[in-house]
Amino acid sequence: MTTEAAARPDYRHFLERRSFIEMGARERAHAVLDSGSFRELLGPFDRIKSPWLPLQGIVAQADDGVVLARGTLDGKPAVIAAIESAYQGGSMGEVSGAKIAGALERACDECSQGRLILPVLLFETGGVRLQEANLGLAAIAEIHAAIIALRRYVPVVGVIAGLVGCFGGMSLAAALCTRLIVTRQGRLGMNGPEVIEQEAGIEEFDAEDREFVWSVIGGEQRHAVGLADDLLEDDADAIATAVREAFCKGPTPERSTQIERYVGLLRSIDPDQPLDGKALRALWDRGPAS
Amino acid sequence: MEKIQHDYPALYSVPHRVHVGVVGSGDLEVLLEPSPDSRAHVVVNTSVDGFGATWKNVLDRFFLRFQGAASIEINDFGATPGTVMLRLEQAAEGLRP
Repeated sequence: MTTEAAARPDYRHFLERRSFIEMGARERAHAVLDSGSFRELLGPFDRIKSPWLPLQGIVAQADDGVVLARGTLDGKPAVIAAIESAYQGGSMGEVSGAKIAGALERACDECSQGRLILPVLLFETGGVRLQEANLGLAAIAEIHAAIIALRRYVPVVGVIAGLVGCFGGMSLAAALCTRLIVTRQGRLGMNGPEVIEQEAGIEEFDAEDREFVWSVIGGEQRHAVGLADDLLEDDADAIATAVREAFCKGPTPERSTQIERYVGLLRSIDPDQPLDGKALRALWDRGPAS
Repeated sequence: MEKIQHDYPALYSVPHRVHVGVVGSGDLEVLLEPSPDSRAHVVVNTSVDGFGATWKNVLDRFFLRFQGAASIEINDFGATPGTVMLRLEQAAEGLRP
């Protein structure tokens, strides 16, 4: 092999992989679960949809943008919730939020009786659905509580693949997961770039500057500073494998239980000094990503 | 938001349900299931008002070739007629064994 050929990236893998990002929520759930094991709960034909959107002149989707399914992961019972970002930005309304919270609570009940169910959350959401306001926020709080209750029994595994990313109250849900898998294209943050720009000004945050946005809240950065556990390529098979592996890793203390550690990390930041993504990586241990 | 309903004659029953699409910008969701009688029934919920005649044209054309006794619900978020036809054909394709 010539040096030139050796230096060339392996494009065959790039061409042969199945993009996870390009899949809809239902396809993603199928791709993660064992082949043929997908069994949908509260699917579109159950028509459990938002009662609030049509009152505001918005057409409701029959599953309210959340695909819930039972299935298996390497033969073990699992439940998966996948958020459809193309519908209302993956926003959490009363129904979509209750579907996720209910599924997690149900899994928690089963686990407490000794029947382990592996929970997987595929995040792709801008956070609360503004048209449903407090009802969406209440549902998100229930999701938080359910994740904390459930992770005593079994790891809760989250995936943020992109392109929407995971924001608002649902970014807290992602942060509460035992293990969080991200891609380079994924984003994780409390407020989205446009919101920060609108509130703090374009000098503070230019939402159009994609390189800058991803250097602050992108998957690679979040992984490098330790806020995500696994950084993967946009490859459905690799993500499905990583989800299975995440359940096999030994017990790890959840980030939200490591209060002293994170208070210390926050204290290491000097608010008077400008801080960019690179500087935060230097400050917060894990160092620049390879 | 507008609701549009049309019925069509049918020649055979459909074997199972099919769901395709998403209520996303310029797209639509189609829920197709066996009809309770021997006719086809279509309900369209669309976010764009005033295109009743266009919907009728698209549906008339689809039912020239599709003769299944299906209840079809369409949740539309501003799809073009071409996209509507593609989604309907995708749903019909889902009925093939």
